Amino acid sequence: MIAFLIKRLMHAFVVMFVISVISFAIQSNLGDPIQQMVGQSVPESQRAELREELGLNDSFLVQYGRFATNALQGDFGYSYFFNEPTTEVIQRHLPATLELVIAATIIIVVFSVPIGVYCAIRPRSALSRFFMSVSIIGISIPVFLTAIMLIQLFAIGVDFSPFPVDTGWGQWLNGVLSTEGGMPSYGRGNDLTHLFGTWDSNFFSLDGLTYLVLPAVSLASIMLPLFIRLIRAEMLEVLQSEYVKFATAKGISLKRIYFVHALKNTMLPVITVGGVQLGTMVAYTILTETVFQWPGMGLMFLEAIQRSDIPLIVTYLMIVGLIFVVTNTLVDLIYGLVNPTVKLTGKPA
Amino acid sequence: MTTTTATTPSRWKRFRNSYLVYSFKRDWIAQFCLAIFLCILLGAVCAPWLAPMNPYDLTQINILNSELPPIWVDGADALFPLGTDAQGRDLLSTILYGARVSLIIGFGAVMLQALIGVTVGLLAGYLGGRIDAFLMRLADIQLSFSTLMVAIIVGALIKAVFGGAVYSDYAVWLLVLIIGLAEWPQYARTVRASVLAERSKEYVDAARVMGYRDRRVMFRHILPNTLSPIFVISTVQIANAIISEAALSFLGLGMPETQPSLGSLIKSGFDYLQSGSWWITLIPGAVLVVLVLVVNLLGDWLRDVMNPRLYKG
Repeated sequence: MIAFLIKRLMHAFVVMFVISVISFAIQSNLGDPIQQMVGQSVPESQRAELREELGLNDSFLVQYGRFATNALQGDFGYSYFFNEPTTEVIQRHLPATLELVIAATIIIVVFSVPIGVYCAIRPRSALSRFFMSVSIIGISIPVFLTAIMLIQLFAIGVDFSPFPVDTGWGQWLNGVLSTEGGMPSYGRGNDLTHLFGTWDSNFFSLDGLTYLVLPAVSLASIMLPLFIRLIRAEMLEVLQSEYVKFATAKGISLKRIYFVHALKNTMLPVITVGGVQLGTMVAYTILTETVFQWPGMGLMFLEAIQRSDIPLIVTYLMIVGLIFVVTNTLVDLIYGLVNPTVKLTGKPA
Repeated sequence: MTTTTATTPSRWKRFRNSYLVYSFKRDWIAQFCLAIFLCILLGAVCAPWLAPMNPYDLTQINILNSELPPIWVDGADALFPLGTDAQGRDLLSTILYGARVSLIIGFGAVMLQALIGVTVGLLAGYLGGRIDAFLMRLADIQLSFSTLMVAIIVGALIKAVFGGAVYSDYAVWLLVLIIGLAEWPQYARTVRASVLAERSKEYVDAARVMGYRDRRVMFRHILPNTLSPIFVISTVQIANAIISEAALSFLGLGMPETQPSLGSLIKSGFDYLQSGSWWITLIPGAVLVVLVLVVNLLGDWLRDVMNPRLYKG
């Protein structure tokens, strides 16, 4: 176990090292910091002096050493656009993204488990088939398109009335097909609850929650079908196993078998995949936040690209890289802990 | 009628009698999907002849025609069956050309992925040892970052290095490169797994004993036996590549609006959604969804037919 732990940690360090080298290479090769600092009007001799003073003439390794030391102390430099430390800019934008991810995760867990289990217990029922077909359609719709459709349906509203309005049923059908609109689809709203530090929350007021609904549903829409299918597939396999048959033979109620005995073993691989997917969600937050102008890290990153704000881009890369590495390492470790059949040291069989 | 034709039927006949064709004939969903896919493909390939207008030709565009709704909505112009976009381009023509760009990038990126992934997978699986450990660790690391994330970051960096103008000039090739580089590990893993299974078989030993070089054994003997999983993941990868391209274009890291793909059409229409011009965004969006959906369904079908072992439930 110790060997496994050390191996995973070493692996994580190597990956972080590579990410930092790449980030540094970007930072040192893109743009001219002197140009950014003093502008056009300073003579070349002074520029050279400044260059020497800032250590920009040192070798790559020396400069990387300085970059890494600063980064380890939490100093990633100043954002060109905001003119403040990049870590502070990120700190300001992080809570919005985290809340979006948390809300989406809640939606995914609440819906995927019951639907996935139902589809596994009754694989041939009409409802299961319906869920399965909806889930493949869900996988095929890109997340930004889901977001746009939600905006059209619930923020702008659809006035679709193909049926004659002079009859009662026609009016009723038109009412079913049309939507009211009016859901907020832009930003986080004003009714935020201050928690601590830079964290203002959408979770504690009705108005704040309405702002959260559409972005969170869009973000959840891409993962939900994946999880329904995964839970269904794993559960189907577990239901075939000997111990489930034995539990049935013993006369334990079906409900208990499904939700206590089988679900426990279904969730193990699901949680592993879930941990990895949590990192993947970071990529989708960029798309979701762009559509809804949600002021989180994803939108900040995209704006930083448009402004060529290199220090901010690099800091974002390092922090997102860290999130990925930490989640992946944790998932690996947890999986190794709870599943004794995993070969811990990774020796070839 | 000679005996040789009876014992070794022609390729076409063998294909016609294969299990693949047999199951295709019995699966109406697969037939339906293939039909729709071929329609979109045909429309995209023949766009210059089918489209009523050329959206790249500025002389055919009249700004006065901008934001006309599709034909079934009041205020439409019969000249533009699906309406026009904000620049006055005929939406039908633009979608046909856009689907063409999306498909070119999708297929191109998948070919690049397959080229890198198959080579890496073959080398890793066949040679084993340190090369295998290194290449697969590389693939693992890259996969642990989502492919879309890698694509966005690489796209962003290329755009930051070369500037927006150069980026849009070479957008098609850059997108093929970006999506190709982002998704090769999928191929590498699949191919490696089948190579490991094939490597210990007798025909490989026989080929080696006969003194063939490693390269020949890998590409002429082992590769043909790993083709079916490659085909299966290729369909899913094409769908993924098309979605990735649309996502990148939507973020402004893809095709420019002057040479739109489906993704950049959706992006350009999104700005006009609030003013009520839903068709500029939602019609290309619907085409994109249908395209990806039929490719995914065909992939599902192909997986069931070619590799029943992989099929769960």
